[in-house]
Amino acid sequence: MSLLEAKRLEKHYGDHVVLERLDFRVEAGDFVTLVGASGCGKTTFLKMLLGTERISRGSLTLDQRPIPEEPGPDRGVVFQKYSVFPHLTVLGNVMIAEELSQSRWLGKSFGTARRQARDKAMARIEEVGLANALGKYPHELSGGMQQRLAIAQALMMRPRILLLDEPFGALDPGIRQDMHELILTLWKEQQLTIFMITHDLKEAFALGTRLWVFDKLRHDPQAPEAFGATITYDLPIGERQPPADLSARLSERGLKTLTQETLL
Amino acid sequence: MKRLINLTPSRGGRWLLGLLPFLVVAMVYLSLSNARLAENPNDRLLPAPATMANTFYTMASEENQRTGQIVLWADTFASLERLLIGVAISALIGLSVGLINGGLPLIRAKFSPLVTVISLIPPMAILPILFIAFGTGEAAKIALIVIGVTPFLIRDLQGHALRLPDEQLIKAQTLGGNSWQVLTRVLLPQLTPRLLNATRLALGTAWLFLIAAEAIAAQEGLGYRIFLVRRYLSMDVILPYVAWITLLAFLLDQLLARTSRIAFPWYHAEEGDKP
Repeated sequence: MSLLEAKRLEKHYGDHVVLERLDFRVEAGDFVTLVGASGCGKTTFLKMLLGTERISRGSLTLDQRPIPEEPGPDRGVVFQKYSVFPHLTVLGNVMIAEELSQSRWLGKSFGTARRQARDKAMARIEEVGLANALGKYPHELSGGMQQRLAIAQALMMRPRILLLDEPFGALDPGIRQDMHELILTLWKEQQLTIFMITHDLKEAFALGTRLWVFDKLRHDPQAPEAFGATITYDLPIGERQPPADLSARLSERGLKTLTQETLL
Repeated sequence: MKRLINLTPSRGGRWLLGLLPFLVVAMVYLSLSNARLAENPNDRLLPAPATMANTFYTMASEENQRTGQIVLWADTFASLERLLIGVAISALIGLSVGLINGGLPLIRAKFSPLVTVISLIPPMAILPILFIAFGTGEAAKIALIVIGVTPFLIRDLQGHALRLPDEQLIKAQTLGGNSWQVLTRVLLPQLTPRLLNATRLALGTAWLFLIAAEAIAAQEGLGYRIFLVRRYLSMDVILPYVAWITLLAFLLDQLLARTSRIAFPWYHAEEGDKP
């Protein structure tokens, strides 16, 4: 059975159709990269997975159960920014995940439980290479280090799916390369299932096993909001290189779309 | 020549520039005072600094014959006690209501309009009600401070809680946090430094209400003393008392500012405070 499945999934705000006709299955271990023009509904889609946006029609199931309408520990997330807690140190930021589940009332643990939480957190922190910044607060870290911290934090809960909303969008190219290696290593080692939104098509090809292009299939100039975007291309990426004829293959399908213009 | 906005004083220059206005004010006072005293040595309106120092020293060292207390210290302790109790109660209410209002939309929908309306009531206008309800003792004065300061604190903290990025609340939930944990582990720690800074701003208002309440009904207190000696035109008491109140206010403000900087360095880094 598939890990995640969508059937005739739609999202509208009143008459404004944002997403329509979403049908897909995602298996455990897939690394799906999502691209598309700004405002085409990628983030809305991610929010539906996260549970902060309600599903308008159709079904979206995780492990055969409908996705709950609020965020939960089965779905981890890293945003472009504000993902970490500014009032906690690196260690505190990662430990809080364990502490919240250990102590329902205080959200803080002591003694043996605390040592266990610490050990668990240390393992995650070492994975992302922040072991020498344990006592630092997020404002003392660079953008790249903050994102590493956010990833370590999200992995504490061993989420069924990991959602990344342009996690490297604000980083320098060199740092971005390091982050790509990190996320690929973690993905392989921990057999994660990842959804990642990106604006960078090269990044999408470099990281993903599947590339989804979000775009509108139908467009009514009189009523631009009548039709929503959908997954226009679901490309399996084997060799992790953009096929040379991608542009040709896309236009072969008879669609000169906004997405192609911005991306290719 | 650099632009004016780019010219910054050196370290010593900063002190000197800061001191200059004080010196000018002192000079103006001295010359006016001298001029009046030359005309009439018994003038009470602009007493000489020496007279003020003498009076202040007397008030700070000699026991009052009737009460057996040293006036300045009795006044100071009475006033500070009222002020600190009032501000502490306000801070406690402000933090809890601000936290709950900011964190729980269901509660906010009910209480936020009420808080807004209450904050618009001029506290001085209901002082008579307080005197009627609580008598003219300590309770009424503390209540006035609480009523005057709390709505501001609530609104400031609620606003700050709402301005915290949603991403943090979502993140906490993906880490398995329940509502209570999100409130106590994510919102509360981030509101605490905000509370210290909002309290700093509110202290000025708190002093205002304290002195107003003491002026109307009290047996001791800094405000009471000032309004008492006003009848005898005792500027030699009033002016040192005002300076003393200012000093106390300054020290309280600095205490809060330092505490906040030491305890919550991340908050000040985030707010982009310049040292």
